[in-house]
Amino acid sequence: MIKIEDLHKSYPIGKDSLHVLKGIDLHIKEGEFVSIMGSSGSGKSTLLNIVGLLDVHDRGNYYLNGQLIKELNEKKAAILRNKFLGFVFQSFNLIAYKTALENIALPLYYKGMARKERLKVAMDYLEKVGLKDWAQHLPNELSGGQKQRVAIARALVTNPKVVLADEPTGALDSTTTDSVMNLLKEINDEGMTVFVITHEEEVAEQTKRIVRLKDGIIISDELTNISKAI
Amino acid sequence: MFDLDRWREIFQSINKNRLRSVMSGFTVAFAILLFTLLFGVANGLGNFFKGAFVDSAENTISLRVRKTTKPYKGLQTGRIIQLKNKEYEYIGQEYKNKIEYQSALIYKNFSIKYKNEASTYSVTAVNPDYQFLEKIIITDGRFLNERDLNQKSKSIVIGRLIKEDLFGERPAIGKRVNVNGSSYLVIGIFSDEGGDNQERKAYIPLSTAQMIYGSNDYISQIDLGYNPSLSTDAAIAFGHQIERDLRKKLDIHPDDQSALSVNNMADANKFISTVMFALVLIITFIGSGTLIAGIIGISNIMIFVIKERSKEFGIRKALGAQPASIVGMVVQESVLITTIAGYVGLSLGTYLLSLIGDSLEEDYFITNPSVSPGIVIGATIVLVLSGLIAGYVPAKRAAKIKPIEALRAD
Repeated sequence: MIKIEDLHKSYPIGKDSLHVLKGIDLHIKEGEFVSIMGSSGSGKSTLLNIVGLLDVHDRGNYYLNGQLIKELNEKKAAILRNKFLGFVFQSFNLIAYKTALENIALPLYYKGMARKERLKVAMDYLEKVGLKDWAQHLPNELSGGQKQRVAIARALVTNPKVVLADEPTGALDSTTTDSVMNLLKEINDEGMTVFVITHEEEVAEQTKRIVRLKDGIIISDELTNISKAI
Repeated sequence: MFDLDRWREIFQSINKNRLRSVMSGFTVAFAILLFTLLFGVANGLGNFFKGAFVDSAENTISLRVRKTTKPYKGLQTGRIIQLKNKEYEYIGQEYKNKIEYQSALIYKNFSIKYKNEASTYSVTAVNPDYQFLEKIIITDGRFLNERDLNQKSKSIVIGRLIKEDLFGERPAIGKRVNVNGSSYLVIGIFSDEGGDNQERKAYIPLSTAQMIYGSNDYISQIDLGYNPSLSTDAAIAFGHQIERDLRKKLDIHPDDQSALSVNNMADANKFISTVMFALVLIITFIGSGTLIAGIIGISNIMIFVIKERSKEFGIRKALGAQPASIVGMVVQESVLITTIAGYVGLSLGTYLLSLIGDSLEEDYFITNPSVSPGIVIGATIVLVLSGLIAGYVPAKRAAKIKPIEALRAD
């Protein structure tokens, strides 16, 4: 599903450049539940941005769903994001003036689906995350956990190939963290590839595979107990 | 082009962010309001200037004589100068090519009586051309013609208000009125845009007046309509030429302004057109300045708005929005707001101008201030264009922002 070979990325800082990713090799197959662990500055966010087509790499190859990602213009990247990727952010990133239902339906609008149909599909996903009764509420009327559930529903609504979650529990307390992680687990159990970035050991332990990143290189890549148990 | 979903997105964005939308709209509405008022008032000033001279034809030269105030060629001060048919005919002959209309005038005040109604009116004896010199509008019957002059007929053309005074609703044409003791046949009724005073006048043939009231060939004034093909400058020169010529013929000192006065409309026309040109220049300058200020205002607001929304655009892009759809959305929103706000400003301006109406005519020389449809359409186009520009530039920049940068700004 995601195949990365010798990936490099540097950011220019004044005259110098900061080498953030120093040759990453990673292969994530369909249906995996992977977490990328690392302290801040390890390059995990950069990796997620590149995988999420929000940023471009300097060197190396990146295959998404078998397709080599190269010289993408903004338009193509937008189409691929809409088609293959679903995002879950730490700060939820819901649009403040849209209701929960409208937020979930937004990716379908960019996919070109008719309004009635997309609201219907969005409602199905809202029900899936257990917030059917909150459809007409604005984000600021929802709790943090509810917001993240709406964001997850929004990530799923286009039926993407991969769900990319950037510190999905970073802004949540431990109880809601567990419920959000359980939701991600359920999604994974249904066959969705889930890619989580986190610095919390407890979160990473709930995934099936942990990739540890330090100073731009992978230092370990192992399956967790959960995965072994199955 | 018409995308219902896109419009729905825009209306939602405008509706959910009312303060922002109203603020940007207000700038444009205010600029257009000022623009409209400015143009309206300038038009009003122009209307006043034009209106001040609408009464008579714009190409008239009037010649009048009084007592001399300077001795000349051994002749004394205080000598009475008299225009006669001789001068009238001489001018007609000498300047045939430059004159379109010509009339001699004798001013009288006579009582006019019909049955039991009588009143004193200004009665002017004229030649047939005078109809065109004074822009007399015949509403019934006819004006004086050459036959009236040749036959020295006792015909009279009366103003609309004299007809009302003496005849009321009854027909006047063909009736006889008593003018200072003589019986005249009413042959025509006229109206005049010069106002009520001009419509309380009556006209009789010049030759008739000379025969009955003086038994001489004296005339009080000569009016000429110069050939409209003459340029303003040529017409002014023509006026000077006649003046020099007549001074020589009547032995008047070249500097004796009082003895012979020549009133040339070309002088006034030149003055008006200079004033109007300056006015148009000033208005265009200030008007376009106001519009530009409005455009800059909305551009600034759009830049601010887009900065505020950059996170939203980042989210939209992460969800699959293409750059063109972001630009399109912002531009469409901006055009919508500017068009509506501009229309509000324009309507308000037009309404205020109509309220002002002629109320400022006496004190401020502003007559019927208004904006023409051409200006309205032009301003609307400028508005839509400015909305396009004001939205497009910052939107283009917003669409370039990488989603990560926008999303990072927490």
